[in-house]
Amino acid sequence: MQLQDLEKIFQDKIDKEIKIEPKDWMPDAYRKTNIRQISQHAHSEVVGMLPEGNWISRAPSLKRKAILIAKVQDEAGHGLYLYSSAETLGTSRDEMLEQLLSGKAKYSSIFNYPTLTWADMGAVGWLVDGAAILNQVMLCRTSYGPYARAMVRICKEESFHQRQGFETLLVLSKGTDEQKAMCQDAINRWWWPSLMMFGPRDSESTNSDQSVKWKIKRKTNDELRQQFIDMIAEQVKVLGMTLPDDKLKWNEERKHYDFGEIDWDEFWAVVKGNGPCNKQRLDARKKAHADGAWVREAALAHAAKKKNRQLQKVA
Amino acid sequence: MNQNLIDYTLHLADTTLILAQRNSEWCGHGPILEQDIAITNISLDLIGQSRNFYQYAAALINLPITIGTANNPADLATEDSLAYLRTEREFKNLLLVEQPNVDWGQTILRQFYFSVYQLYLFQQLQNCKDEQLAAIATKALKEITYHVRWSSEWVIRLGDGTAESHQRMLAAIEELKNYTGEFFIAAGYETPMGIDFALLKQQWEEKTKAVFEEATLPYPEKTFNQSGGKTGTHTEHLGYILAEMQYLQRTYPGAEW
Ligand SMILES: [Fe+2]
Ligand SMILES: [Fe+2]
Repeated sequence: MQLQDLEKIFQDKIDKEIKIEPKDWMPDAYRKTNIRQISQHAHSEVVGMLPEGNWISRAPSLKRKAILIAKVQDEAGHGLYLYSSAETLGTSRDEMLEQLLSGKAKYSSIFNYPTLTWADMGAVGWLVDGAAILNQVMLCRTSYGPYARAMVRICKEESFHQRQGFETLLVLSKGTDEQKAMCQDAINRWWWPSLMMFGPRDSESTNSDQSVKWKIKRKTNDELRQQFIDMIAEQVKVLGMTLPDDKLKWNEERKHYDFGEIDWDEFWAVVKGNGPCNKQRLDARKKAHADGAWVREAALAHAAKKKNRQLQKVA
Repeated sequence: MNQNLIDYTLHLADTTLILAQRNSEWCGHGPILEQDIAITNISLDLIGQSRNFYQYAAALINLPITIGTANNPADLATEDSLAYLRTEREFKNLLLVEQPNVDWGQTILRQFYFSVYQLYLFQQLQNCKDEQLAAIATKALKEITYHVRWSSEWVIRLGDGTAESHQRMLAAIEELKNYTGEFFIAAGYETPMGIDFALLKQQWEEKTKAVFEEATLPYPEKTFNQSGGKTGTHTEHLGYILAEMQYLQRTYPGAEW
């Protein structure tokens, strides 16, 4: 079959909302874009374990400790599903990890911010998982089948995380003056970085057009960001807290909230590796990987020995 | 008030909590994602067990108060007051579980030693005359059986893996060898619980020797039994664990979380 025909069949499928599956023909660029996006997403889940893992040992009650551990563990599970779906495109987890550790592959910049107080556990769940969900709900309908199906599983857990985060803050918002201040401070610190999670403005974004045509991405960065702001601007009222943006205001004409300008210099600085924790996060992953090398080698060596013994028995 | 029963329940609660705390240090730092999840799962199981024990201990402690007249709810014991507001001299956990995470091999061995002990202990507790303890033990046995299987497999894998992993397991055995004897030294409050320590010891040694043999690891014959954890005399590590774990409750007394 001619290349044009294959491309036409492929695009027809996408237009008809038929999922692309691992064995289907697909353009190289489609494969590459998906590998890049899914592996980045997987890395984000795994690196995302670190800022919240930071508070496990200090969680203020047994119930909160259990909830937090379970949450961080969910994120590890998300990483697993996503690495598996990327593997269906012909890359291996080792390759992907190598790219993360060498700094070649990116992960979500949000995890380069520090978690400074317990209230950050609430703010991260509410704002960070909340922003992630909007993106992920959209991805449940993405054109690559294994990615879309992984997203359906993940979304259920993410919305649970968001509710738990909100509830953590709600308790603080009704607590002592110190707890209320802790709550507001965490919102102040996490608000702008969470808006940055949706990426650059549409006018600045490079690979959006093709991704929309291939239905990898189904909404633009700005659309998703606006949706998030509209949602959070309402929820923050329940907490009796404020968002740190004096331009935030309901616009009756647009039926959306207007909002102030994101600090794009900060955005690019963090993307380029100069956020407050870029180094610590990557170092932590490198250390875990290096410290675990002998364990992985031993597991392989033992499995090989076992197999050999079985073969000898048979022979 | 049955002080022995309270102390024993607190001993079970503290031991499971401190091991959970140690294991959870691995969360996000495990050698491979699947095992990061596995050790974290065990941590969650142990916290679940500790909460059951703390809640029961709190109920026992509150019993005479609730029967009495008007009292301040803030004076009542809760799972959190027991976990977060007791000091290092009041904690009754085994010394083994407070030992730091040196490497994956030592974590595995600590878990293996403990899970095998817990398996046989809880099998006895299932028939304990205190119904509540029996119920908690029965409920926990399913997960403990899994912890034993998982940790046994890892002891074997690492013992009979590479030269390096074997060497690291030898170091872990050396590191922990003096902290298993405490399992079988009855504290005063344990005596009335009707535990057959001789049987427990025999079962534990049998299982450990069998797994070590498969792992090509030497069973440590010459040991000195460090003890005191059960009655609040700990190694220096516990103070730091509590300082970290209890920090928010201590800094903001009386706050709800
Ligand atoms: Fe996630
Ligand atoms: Fe999440």
